[in-house]
Amino acid sequence: MNARPSSSRVDTAFQASLVLAGLGVATVLAGVAWEVLSLSGEALSKGGIGFLTGTTWDPVAEEFGALPALYGTLVTSAVALLIAVPLGIGSAVFLSEMATSRVATVVGVLVDLLAAIPSVIYGLWGLFVLAPLLREHVQPAVQAAFGSLPIFAGPPLGVGYGTAGLLLAIMVIPVITSVSREVLRAVPDTQREAAYALGATPFEVIKGTVFPFARSGLVGAVVLGLGRALGETMAVTMVIGNRYDISASLFAPGYTLAAVIANEFAEAFSPRYLSALAGLAVVLLGTTLILNAGARLLVRRVKGAA
Amino acid sequence: MRTTMKGPGFAGIAMILAVLALPGAAMAQNLTGAGATFQYPLQSKWSSEYGKAHPEVRVNYQSIGSGGGIRQITARTVQFGATDGPMTDAQLVEAKDPILHVPVTLGAVAVAVNLPEVTRTLDLTGPVVADIFLGKITNWSDRAIAATNPGVVLPDRAIAVAHRSDGSGTTFIFVDYLAKVSTEWKDKVGVATSVNWPVGLGAKGNEGVAGTIKQTPGAIGYVELTYALQNGIPTARIKNPAGEFVAPSVDAVTKAAAGAAANLPDDLRVSITNAPGAGAYPISGFSWVLVYRAQQECDVASALLKYLWWGVHEGQAFSAPLHYAPLPAGVVSRCEAKLKSVTCNGAPVL
Repeated sequence: MNARPSSSRVDTAFQASLVLAGLGVATVLAGVAWEVLSLSGEALSKGGIGFLTGTTWDPVAEEFGALPALYGTLVTSAVALLIAVPLGIGSAVFLSEMATSRVATVVGVLVDLLAAIPSVIYGLWGLFVLAPLLREHVQPAVQAAFGSLPIFAGPPLGVGYGTAGLLLAIMVIPVITSVSREVLRAVPDTQREAAYALGATPFEVIKGTVFPFARSGLVGAVVLGLGRALGETMAVTMVIGNRYDISASLFAPGYTLAAVIANEFAEAFSPRYLSALAGLAVVLLGTTLILNAGARLLVRRVKGAA
Repeated sequence: MRTTMKGPGFAGIAMILAVLALPGAAMAQNLTGAGATFQYPLQSKWSSEYGKAHPEVRVNYQSIGSGGGIRQITARTVQFGATDGPMTDAQLVEAKDPILHVPVTLGAVAVAVNLPEVTRTLDLTGPVVADIFLGKITNWSDRAIAATNPGVVLPDRAIAVAHRSDGSGTTFIFVDYLAKVSTEWKDKVGVATSVNWPVGLGAKGNEGVAGTIKQTPGAIGYVELTYALQNGIPTARIKNPAGEFVAPSVDAVTKAAAGAAANLPDDLRVSITNAPGAGAYPISGFSWVLVYRAQQECDVASALLKYLWWGVHEGQAFSAPLHYAPLPAGVVSRCEAKLKSVTCNGAPVL
């Protein structure tokens, strides 16, 4: 009984520090959002909805529209997820359900190492290895087979939406794999054993018992990967071609929101220009929020239905 | 144990305090500058060389880009700014107090080409370069290119244009030149550290543009002269107003500045692209330091002005080894006049 008051004091202090930590994170986010919003005020108020739908980026004439960069961000992220989700979740299933523990450990460490490579290294590799490879071998072959499709039109440059999406996929896979692996490992063994006891094949076990149990965690892994793809800057700007344009072709050069900001911020010479760059940051922030919220809603729906 | 630990702790604090107090006693002066990345290698060489002779002065130059340099000097967070493109009238108005432009070195831009079929150096005129970057000339076998390259078999190959994606003083000098030789460029695109490029791929930094050119057969792009010289990138010769095709070199840049020196405007905010004079390389420009004419802290002002004075004189000796073009004598005397016009509380500083 004697220890009680002191322990409750420790509890109070502990709770207070947790509240502070939580508020701290929220304050930082609010501060960033406020700063970016106020900096972008001029561009957003002058441009209005035109800032979002405009397709020209002309610092000389001070005419700024965000659509090509927003388009590039969405296209590259979509390409990245199309490749990375099956591969990432597939490798996670392999690691948690099929691989022997020694193989799982070795491959797991390799995957984590992949996640630790700085993005500028990915970018340099993309520019000097991946882009020439795509330009000389992959793109001509794809065009020979599917050249009539508009998404593969245009001269093979090696850089563009497709290259950026592919590079992003490689960067996103380790994120999805390592999070999914932990999620799948958290599925109780009793679930699997019960399914096997009923005579299910390994495929049926994974499809019927492991995935439903892990679903929301797997969506979380994909959302984390998406976040990385949306915000990635250095690697993307090195392989996307940095052309402020909208093209249907994956071989065409484009631009992303984060890449424009990173490229032009240091030399933004007028307040209006700086404000337009902050406007791109607002668009990026908004896109991330909407997609995150969308993914969460999706998880809730799926849960409700299950 | 406690007391023995305390002893050295106190001694340590005392020592730190003493060390902190010492430079104050020796009147050490910290000068902070910020701006153009182009000047950075030269400024950092100056800083270390000047520090050897004047250990009481420490110069800290932050290479944050010309736009950043102009913002910092306007906000008075640094003692001097630096830029590759002169401040616009609107920017000078925003700064309220008069700011002086002092040229400290010269930059130039080389036009690099990747044509595996052609081993000779290409000769290009300004309007042809402008038309290529406007997307009007799209193939290397174009007649306009052949006209200035008799005897060269030009391949039937699409031209791939490469330009900087980040804002850059290099871009400013290049498009400033294009605007002078092509009215269409001037009207449609204009001049700034980043522009709305009609065609081409953007790449980050000189190394990015050089990498894109190197990897893409048929590519043409522009890189800072220093970068082209240090990395042995094949470049084209450009026709100057005197009618000669001139290869980019440090010497040819100084000649361009000397040709322009006769007509320097009073505020030294001048573009020297397409400069007259024999042997002058046409795509070059000044890089400036920005200082307020009326200084407020006289100790700082005195250290700053002495440093800049040293820079435009003794400091020029460090230009050539770093592939910068030294200022010609006619420009140095104009810099002297500028530096002498700086005052602190009404009295001249130098």
